[in-house]
Amino acid sequence: MTPSDRGIGAPILAVEGVSLAFGGVRALQGVSFDVREHEVRAIIGPNGAGKSSMLNVINGVYHPQEGTITFKGRSRRDMVAHEAAAQGIGRTFQNIALFRGMTVLDNIMTGRNVKMRSTFLEQSIWIGRARREELAHRRKVEEIIDFLEIQHIRRTPVGRLPYGLQKRVELARALAMEPELLLLDEPMAGMNLEEKQDMCRFILDVNEQFGTTVVLIEHDMGVVMDISDRVVVLDYGRKIADGTPDEVRGNQTVIDAYLGVAH
Amino acid sequence: MLYREAGQFRATYAEDQQIFPLRQDRVAIGVLLVAAFIAVPLVADQYWLSALLIPFLIAALAALGLNILTGYAGQLSLGTAAFMAIGAFATYNFVLRVPGIPILAAFVLAGICAAIVGIVFGLPSLRIKGFYLAVATLAAQFFVLWAIQRIGWITNHSASGVITAQNIAILGVPIDTPRAKYLLTLSVVAVLALLAKNLVRSETGRAFMAVRDMDVAASVIGIPLMKTKLLAFAISSFYCGVAGALYAYTYLGTVEPEAFNLELSFRILFMIIIGGVGSVLGSFLGAAFIVLLPIALNLVVPPISEAAGIEIPHAIISNLELMIFGALIIFFLIVEPLGLARLWQIAKEKLRLWPFPH
Amino acid sequence: MGSPVSFFFEVVISGLLAGVMYSLVALGFVLIYKASGVLNFAQGAMVFFAALTFVSLVERGVNFWLAIAITLAVMIVLGILTERIVLRPLVNQPAITLFMVTIGLTFFLEGLSQGIWGSQPHGLELGIQDQPMQWLADRTGMFVSQFDLFASAVAAILVTGLALFFQRTRIGRALRAVADDHQAALAVGIPLKQIWAIVWAVAGFVALVAGLLWGARTGVQYSLTFVALKALPVLMLGGFESIAGAIVGGLIIGASEKVAEVYVGPYVGGGIESWFPYVLALVFLLFRPEGLFGEKHIDRV
Ligand SMILES: Nc1ncnc2c1ncn2[C@@H]1O[C@H](COP(=O)(O)OP(=O)(O)OP(=O)(O)O)[C@@H](O)[C@H]1O
Ligand SMILES: [Mg+2]
Repeated sequence: MTPSDRGIGAPILAVEGVSLAFGGVRALQGVSFDVREHEVRAIIGPNGAGKSSMLNVINGVYHPQEGTITFKGRSRRDMVAHEAAAQGIGRTFQNIALFRGMTVLDNIMTGRNVKMRSTFLEQSIWIGRARREELAHRRKVEEIIDFLEIQHIRRTPVGRLPYGLQKRVELARALAMEPELLLLDEPMAGMNLEEKQDMCRFILDVNEQFGTTVVLIEHDMGVVMDISDRVVVLDYGRKIADGTPDEVRGNQTVIDAYLGVAH
Repeated sequence: MLYREAGQFRATYAEDQQIFPLRQDRVAIGVLLVAAFIAVPLVADQYWLSALLIPFLIAALAALGLNILTGYAGQLSLGTAAFMAIGAFATYNFVLRVPGIPILAAFVLAGICAAIVGIVFGLPSLRIKGFYLAVATLAAQFFVLWAIQRIGWITNHSASGVITAQNIAILGVPIDTPRAKYLLTLSVVAVLALLAKNLVRSETGRAFMAVRDMDVAASVIGIPLMKTKLLAFAISSFYCGVAGALYAYTYLGTVEPEAFNLELSFRILFMIIIGGVGSVLGSFLGAAFIVLLPIALNLVVPPISEAAGIEIPHAIISNLELMIFGALIIFFLIVEPLGLARLWQIAKEKLRLWPFPH
Repeated sequence: MGSPVSFFFEVVISGLLAGVMYSLVALGFVLIYKASGVLNFAQGAMVFFAALTFVSLVERGVNFWLAIAITLAVMIVLGILTERIVLRPLVNQPAITLFMVTIGLTFFLEGLSQGIWGSQPHGLELGIQDQPMQWLADRTGMFVSQFDLFASAVAAILVTGLALFFQRTRIGRALRAVADDHQAALAVGIPLKQIWAIVWAVAGFVALVAGLLWGARTGVQYSLTFVALKALPVLMLGGFESIAGAIVGGLIIGASEKVAEVYVGPYVGGGIESWFPYVLALVFLLFRPEGLFGEKHIDRV
């Protein structure tokens, strides 16, 4: 399929000249790139290149010292995490960030919180809008549970799940937000081959069925080549390449960066 | 086979999301409520009502308040008693200064006063976390008590800040017997517990737990940390405030600010540690435990010491009580950090299988 | 009475001297926090336990120095037992759980000490009078208590000694490594358990000194456990893991508390020292959440 077949459109997100430093550590230096609607965009780079930091800037967990972020036509200096969520940015984390004290179902239900309107008073009386909302959102969450094939662990506290399933629940929680832009930080790290294949399938299904734009960080080059439309390469906080998987694969700077050639 | 869920299929999400999805639980709660509202007032004597049940219910309410903040929203507070004090003294002032105010309205308004102060002392939670915050809540404990003691207006310029709860009535029925006081306390506590149970299983409760378990992830899925934490402080303080009002009006009658000291805050913290953090039921179990323990000790120790022929002075018993409290806290935190509520849950699971082990 | 200026200095100095005493208690917290990540609320109960044990021994005719030696031994055993029985099973638990367990420990120790020695208050005599230093009063018109000077000198020596101990000795360096990263410390072969035992023993020793000084000042009674409450705002200000923070924080809290008490207290009915340090520390943290000497930190995700 060509990009136009899949309905890839205008940029939904653009970061321009983003720089971020922690004390003396310069995690990002003047990074710019864009993400088009409906595409699967990969960010790759060696350890410590600033990939996770980039995602954190996009959804307002970190606040860059310089640069602008433009999402759905609105430009900002930085994002605020819970507002980014309300505007349609979903996210999973490199190190699993589930709510350990809650069941799978409740974890995924928290993804619907942004969409709930009833007040705490209505909820505590459990009538009218609060009750209707709770049921409607439960239905939606069950769809996601079916989609990701995790019906059997619905009631399990997430802490008791194996790693691969926890990753899947985290994806489910992000999907529950019905995001327009989904940021995935190493969704397949630490998985076995079969789990990786499942995860790839889910990501592609999400992208195709829901039209969700995906930005994904991944170390497994095979996966990146398979599922992404375009790739950004970061190294020491700088963007060193940007293009289709094939273009990036042939790029000498990228090869050097991965081989650790001195600059 | 006593306690089975087999055969109870929940066909709709509405059934699945009932407050007590299991029929046994619904029956048990029903029986408990009938017993508490009808049987107990008929059979219990004054000692039982005034010295055991009323303080138990009030403690459970305060523990529930603290549990909402600490157990559900994950913000440890050492200032619970201060919010109870606000509830008690605010009620006193509403009754004193607003002629004819219904007592329930006074309780609610007093709870709202506590909630407002709770929000003020919750503000630091936006910038500081963990035990920095826990220590910061001590500021509430000390400041509020100081303010009540020093600002004469609050205590109507009574000597050393002691106030005497006015006589109260509901719809013309005077609340002046232990039985009436018990029923009033029970009604307030039952209603507030029901509201809390609903709250923690809906959107707000999940937001609280999300903030507790991982605040960054919570904000990333759209839960505003500031609003959620302050709401937890407000609701928690409201509950503690109402508990404090009951403490003055249906339990002690005459209170001084010192009654709401740090020791009381710790006791309520102990209730939720022993009963179960993050559990409505646990608040009640923990309160029962902490209220009953000293009474049980005073019942048990003298006969034993008599039998053994040694005399144990009262002071020793109260020190023994301190040691047992302390040891239990240590024990529970090490062995069963989710407290009695968790033990009860395990017992239920066992019971469900009984008499067949599988 | 001297001029308003010398009176002001008198207030500040007595505040600073009290502050050194706060630092001393705060130091006990910092030691344990650095080594094992526990905010040991029971530090106050340990101070009380030490003072009560010492006084009770002396009252029973035990020689002063022998009583100190016995109490020290008891405190060390207590510290080590606490580490073994209470904290070791909770390794890797959330910090807040560890904090709560030390509140339990507080109650236990309070009950234990009074259970053994009784609940009545005792006086404690160290042989130094709580009277103004005459020659200072003669020369400058300032009244500064001789006992306060003595107590803060002892506290200052102890604080400096411990600071040096942790900067210069091998154990001290090992301890700092432990504080930075438990796993890494284990990996390079630092005997974690031994370090913890040493730290708890040292904390017991600090509690003894604090117990003697505070006990002599206020009498040995239940309320002595509240000295912990004096140290907590110091720690909020200075950070739970900074010895320098404990010292500077103690001085700031001590001085500003006294100044506020003398110059503001009368207008609001007095007694503000119960909450003033907390509010001061809180306001400070609102503007600088990382504390006096802490570094700005952004959670990694
Ligand atoms: N919260 C933080 N505080 C201090 N330094 C940070 C923080 N987050 C990231 N860094 C630093 O910024 C740099 C980039 O880190 P980042 O996590 O973005 O890298 P990455 O490309 O995701 O690496 P990896 O492949 O290992 O996940 C690193 O040097 C890291 O140590
Ligand atoms: Mg990363």
